[in-house]
Amino acid sequence: MNLTVVRCFLFLLHISLVFNISASGLDLDSKKTDKQDSIAFKSPFYEDNERCFKCHGQNRYEYTNENLGRQVKALMFSERVIDRNKFYQSNHKNFSCTDCHSSEYVNFPHPGELRMDQMYNCLDCHGNDEKFAQFHFEEIDTDYQQSVHVKLEEEGFSCWKCHGPHDYKISIRNSSNLKETILYDNNICLRCHSNYDQFQLLSEKEEINILQKHDWLPNQESHFKNVRCIECHTQVNDTILVAHHIRAKEEAVKKCNECHSRNSLLMSSLYKFQSKEQRKDGFFNGIILNQSYVIGANRNEYLNVISLVVFCIVLLIIGIHIYFRLKSK
Amino acid sequence: MYLYPIWVRLWHLLNAVLFLVLIVTGISMQYTDKQDYILVVGFARAVKWHNIAAILLTINYVFFVTGNIFTGNGRYYRIQRKDFLVNLIKQFKYYAWGIFKGEKHPFPVTLERKFNPLQKLTYVLSMYIAFPLLIISGFGLLFPEIVINRFIGISGIVLTDIVHITMGFFLSVFMIIHIYTCTLGSSPLSLFRSMLSGYHESENHNN
Repeated sequence: MNLTVVRCFLFLLHISLVFNISASGLDLDSKKTDKQDSIAFKSPFYEDNERCFKCHGQNRYEYTNENLGRQVKALMFSERVIDRNKFYQSNHKNFSCTDCHSSEYVNFPHPGELRMDQMYNCLDCHGNDEKFAQFHFEEIDTDYQQSVHVKLEEEGFSCWKCHGPHDYKISIRNSSNLKETILYDNNICLRCHSNYDQFQLLSEKEEINILQKHDWLPNQESHFKNVRCIECHTQVNDTILVAHHIRAKEEAVKKCNECHSRNSLLMSSLYKFQSKEQRKDGFFNGIILNQSYVIGANRNEYLNVISLVVFCIVLLIIGIHIYFRLKSK
Repeated sequence: MYLYPIWVRLWHLLNAVLFLVLIVTGISMQYTDKQDYILVVGFARAVKWHNIAAILLTINYVFFVTGNIFTGNGRYYRIQRKDFLVNLIKQFKYYAWGIFKGEKHPFPVTLERKFNPLQKLTYVLSMYIAFPLLIISGFGLLFPEIVINRFIGISGIVLTDIVHITMGFFLSVFMIIHIYTCTLGSSPLSLFRSMLSGYHESENHNN
């Protein structure tokens, strides 16, 4: 038993070191940006939302129990705790809580039947709306419908499992630091795939050791820090920026030269958004050079030509030398 | 004349084999594509063998430098300033046309002078400049976390790679020329035999 605990601890420690994630679960290293964003952004519904955050903004809350005639302190159920800073950095930071949740929640104690209310999904707001047409939400949904995740819907899987309504923020479009984006995006996957408590809520499968499963991958640590899980685990879709068709593990990319080649897969996935800004100083897949270096994908056509010319000249000189040697005999 | 001691021959043989492995695997990595070409080793295998060969080559290089420090072999690589350029031109002229006219070798091989001036210069440039740069940049690529992020505005890892492939290319070209010049001995195969037996065969007019 103790050995199992120690093994679990070592595994989690390894995972957190490899993925550079904090020991307290899969919390992103966002404390630095939290302050900046929460100071910069002032929600028009800040006061309204505070009515909810007063209890849901932390683990402990207090209320007046009129029957007992006194203040009662209680612990908030962890799934009902919403991090203010993360919320005010998220895509939905402009929202009032009651935009999505029933206005009856302003009453306390909350009416019990409200728990049975159906939650919105992404398409309820983002689907078939010209305002969001450029993001192709319908195409994202089509992609998702082919994903292995869609089979888990009966177990409770939904868009929110990856894109938390209270904390998700788009990263690939507005991130200047690709490493942060990769870390953020990979943590989305790891929230379930490296946390068996979460994983068990949706699957009956046995616990997976991600590091062991990727033993075959050379320079594992470097790959985990420099590309997203979805680079290998999704089917690229040219219409949308981020592929949502998560493929079965047997179909994951395993051939190195899918990325390590002139026609690198990364150009249609990780670097898709930035590829228009491709550098033009002779490098193929130059945009990759701005952030990283991928052997086989980064080649310089000038160096290629120069080396070929030098090589041919050397062979030519040797050929001429051989000719005159034979002639002089 | 016994000119190539056993340790030099072993180092040379291992160096040659490892360098060939590194050229083939290096080209396979650099020019890998989604279609696996017949002549190119698969990327994963190329990476594995390139790393193994590189580490062995580094150990072999340390062996070579140590051997040159602690034995007399190092003296063959010392370039004399006196008449350096004149001797270099003399040797170049011999290779360029003197050799075809049957002229005598301007710097015949002796126990005191294993290399002619042109050989000496190219060997020193290859073994003491290009090789260390190749090894250092190779370790930078093997352990990218030790490479500085940016240098004068350019990615450190990109610069490291450019140094690595450039040195790799120059040494590959050197190897081709080296192999060719080794056919310039008393007979086309005499110098190859020398590197196996250790005995330098006397020359009539060539290298």
